[in-house]
Amino acid sequence: MRELALHLLDIAENSVSARAKNITIEVIEDTRTDRLRMSVIDDGCGMDADTVAKIADPFVTSRTTRKVGLGIPLLKAAAEACNGFLHIQSAPNLGTRVDVEFQRSHIDRMPLGDLAGTFLGLLIGSPEVHWIFRYRIDDRQFEFDDAPIKQELEGILLSEPEVLKFLRNTLESGIQEVQSASRRL
Amino acid sequence: MDKIKSLEDLKRVREEALKKREAKIVTGQKQIIVGMGTVGIAAGARETLKAILDFIEKENLSDIVVRQTGNIGLDSWEPIVQVIIGDEPPVTYGKVTPDVACRIMKEHVMNHTVVKEYKIET
Repeated sequence: MRELALHLLDIAENSVSARAKNITIEVIEDTRTDRLRMSVIDDGCGMDADTVAKIADPFVTSRTTRKVGLGIPLLKAAAEACNGFLHIQSAPNLGTRVDVEFQRSHIDRMPLGDLAGTFLGLLIGSPEVHWIFRYRIDDRQFEFDDAPIKQELEGILLSEPEVLKFLRNTLESGIQEVQSASRRL
Repeated sequence: MDKIKSLEDLKRVREEALKKREAKIVTGQKQIIVGMGTVGIAAGARETLKAILDFIEKENLSDIVVRQTGNIGLDSWEPIVQVIIGDEPPVTYGKVTPDVACRIMKEHVMNHTVVKEYKIET
C-alpha cells in the first residue's frame, strides 16, 4: 500500500471487524514539530495484552482463513523507517486505540493519498458504525460526525445518489480547505 | 464545516430522495458487497468501491445497498465484489478493477445479465 489513507482504511476495517459501535479517526499534521500522526480509536471487542504484544509479528493474526496478517506490521515498519512509531493500546471489551506517527518531512514518508475516498468508503460500507473523522493541519481543522446526518436522513440509504453527492462534496471540500489553508501560510 | 447550512442542504437531499422513492415501482432489493480486507485494499478495493459509488451517482440509481465485508478467503481473486438482487442467489466476481465494476453495474445491476468472464464459481 502506497498511501497512508489506504493503511488508515485497513486499520479502521479491523475496528469494524471488532464490532465497534463508535470509531473515531484522526489525522493530525503539525508543521512546527514536523510530525504526522494518525489515530483510530474504537469501542470494539479489544485484545488482551498477549495479543497486543504479538500484533506487530506478521505471523500472528486473528483470521482463520489465512495464517499471516500483514496490515499492522507493514505500517509499523513504514513508521519506524520515518523516525516514527506505531502504538497499540487495547483492553478486552473496552476497545482499541492505534496511533501511528511519522516525521512529516521524511523522504520515505508515504503520501497521505485519497483521505476523502477512505472516509467515504468507510461511511457507506459500514453504516451501522457511528463515525467521527478529524483532519487537522496545525490550527486548521475539519471534523465530520455522521450522527446528525443519519438522524436527518431518517433511514434513507447513504448510497442514494443525492446523499452520496452530498457526502462526497462535504468530505472532499472539508479536506481541501484544510490543505489549501496550510499551503497559504 | 458549516453545520447548520449543511444540515439544511440535507433536508433538501432527503426530500428529493423520498420523492424519487415514491415515484419508483419497488423491485427486488439490490445489494453490492465489496471485500475490504487487507488483501482487498492492497489490490485496489477502495478504487473499486469508489467506481461503484461514482456510477450510482452518475446514473442516478436509487435503492442500491452498498456494503463492505472483511476478508473472505479468496485472496488471489481480490478485489472481490458480490451482487445480490432480490431473492436470486448471490453472484461473486473476482479481479474487479474499477472498469470491471462499471461493467457489472451496467450489465448485471441495471440489466440483469451476469458478467460471465469475471464470475467466480464458489
